[in-house]
Amino acid sequence: MTGPVLELEVLRYRPETDQDPAFQSYTVPYNGDWVVLDALNHIKDNIDRTLSFRWSCHMAVCGSCGMMINGEPKLSCHTFLRDYYPGKVRVEPLTNFPIERDLVTVADDFMEKLASVKPYVIAKEDRPVNAGEHLQSPADLNSFKQYTMCINCMLCYAACPQMGLTPDFVGPAALALAHRYNLDTRDAGREERQEIAASNEGVWDCTFVGACSQVCPKAVDPAAAIQQTKIASTVDWYKTLLPPWGK
Amino acid sequence: MNRKPYVREMPKSWWLGQRRYTIYMVRELTCVLIGAYVLVILVGLFRLSQGPAAYGAFLDALQGPLAIGFHLLAFALALFHTVTWFGLTPKAMPLRFGEKTVPGTAIIMAHYVVWFVVSAGLLLVARV
Amino acid sequence: MAKSNKPIVWSLFAGGGMLAAFLIPAMIFITGLAVPMGLLSKDVLAYERMLALAGNPIGKLVLFGVIFLLLWHAAHRLRMTLHDLGIRSGRMAMLACYGMAGLSSIAAAVVLLSI
Repeated sequence: MTGPVLELEVLRYRPETDQDPAFQSYTVPYNGDWVVLDALNHIKDNIDRTLSFRWSCHMAVCGSCGMMINGEPKLSCHTFLRDYYPGKVRVEPLTNFPIERDLVTVADDFMEKLASVKPYVIAKEDRPVNAGEHLQSPADLNSFKQYTMCINCMLCYAACPQMGLTPDFVGPAALALAHRYNLDTRDAGREERQEIAASNEGVWDCTFVGACSQVCPKAVDPAAAIQQTKIASTVDWYKTLLPPWGK
Repeated sequence: MNRKPYVREMPKSWWLGQRRYTIYMVRELTCVLIGAYVLVILVGLFRLSQGPAAYGAFLDALQGPLAIGFHLLAFALALFHTVTWFGLTPKAMPLRFGEKTVPGTAIIMAHYVVWFVVSAGLLLVARV
Repeated sequence: MAKSNKPIVWSLFAGGGMLAAFLIPAMIFITGLAVPMGLLSKDVLAYERMLALAGNPIGKLVLFGVIFLLLWHAAHRLRMTLHDLGIRSGRMAMLACYGMAGLSSIAAAVVLLSI
């Protein structure tokens, strides 16, 4: 290979033949414009067809290409080789997820957790079509907009140590999603979502490490969503001790 | 189908692996020194209840090098608790007015102002 | 609603944490550093003064409130940290931490009432 090169160490795992995952090294041409995903595609196209990884949009909006890059959860399409060159780049599947194959993780549990928080507008009463649309001002939108930006990339689950220590934890993205709907001015479903959000595996497993918000590529700030939910849930809890909220 | 998902074990030393996790652990462990200090205060109050001689002995013990060393460490960690706690307040209590959101630094600064007033107040009350 | 009882301990943790953030540095400085090292006069912590402070009912209430919240802040945080450090038995951690806080709270009440 002529020109500058970069070494990638990729964690491989083939369930049909491997007992344990192991690193495999690849040498790729170094290009100042390339992201890690470009290097992985180069490997797959030219060096090793068997390498498996998820990706799609290549522009940090689909959330498919999350991986551990030198120990940090990142989107591989959003991580430039020039920030590591000439050092080695170590690529592994997202932490806290089981490995399906190579860089592909098992995301079923994550998908179930997302669905469990009822991520849709739950209206107070049925609204006939001729009542027209919900009116929402820019101020209304401002109250929850940041929480709508989640691309379900799972970097926050990889960063969260509580996710590793307590796999039943509902997790940052799901709780941020619940918060997104709770704050939506069209929604009246907060109490329903509390079933999951205010449970022991909901916000109460969180110890505000804050890593989730640090790694989020979309500045959703799931840690903030969780802390606000803790406060709201605590107020709820104390309210039930007093009439008229309590029995 | 040849599915055999591999579960990676989380090492017990996970918090030593990355700077952000180690800082988190130090933040959490401030509670040990703060708790210990509260117990020291409790002992002091107990000695107070036992009369001037016992209380005097307690005050003398506070001057020993071990006591000073403990309080220096406790003071440092207490400050770390304050700084980290204040830093997180904008996340727990965002302030929005219509389309505008109050910047986090303003909320943090407000906490420092109150902290300064409270600390100065304590020092003044002590010296008066 | 799946009711978790975490809100009780968490609210004590949060209240104690806020109190600690505002009060504790100055308190440690005064009682543990400034007076013992002579930066502030020994009169600041004089027996008669402290007796007056802890002797009157409002003083007792304030002292107990501060001690109580700080104890439970430390207890809850320590419990969660033991879990972080890999101590698997949640029960043991809970009993040890909250038990200590509970006993210390009772001790504080007894001591303050006896002044």
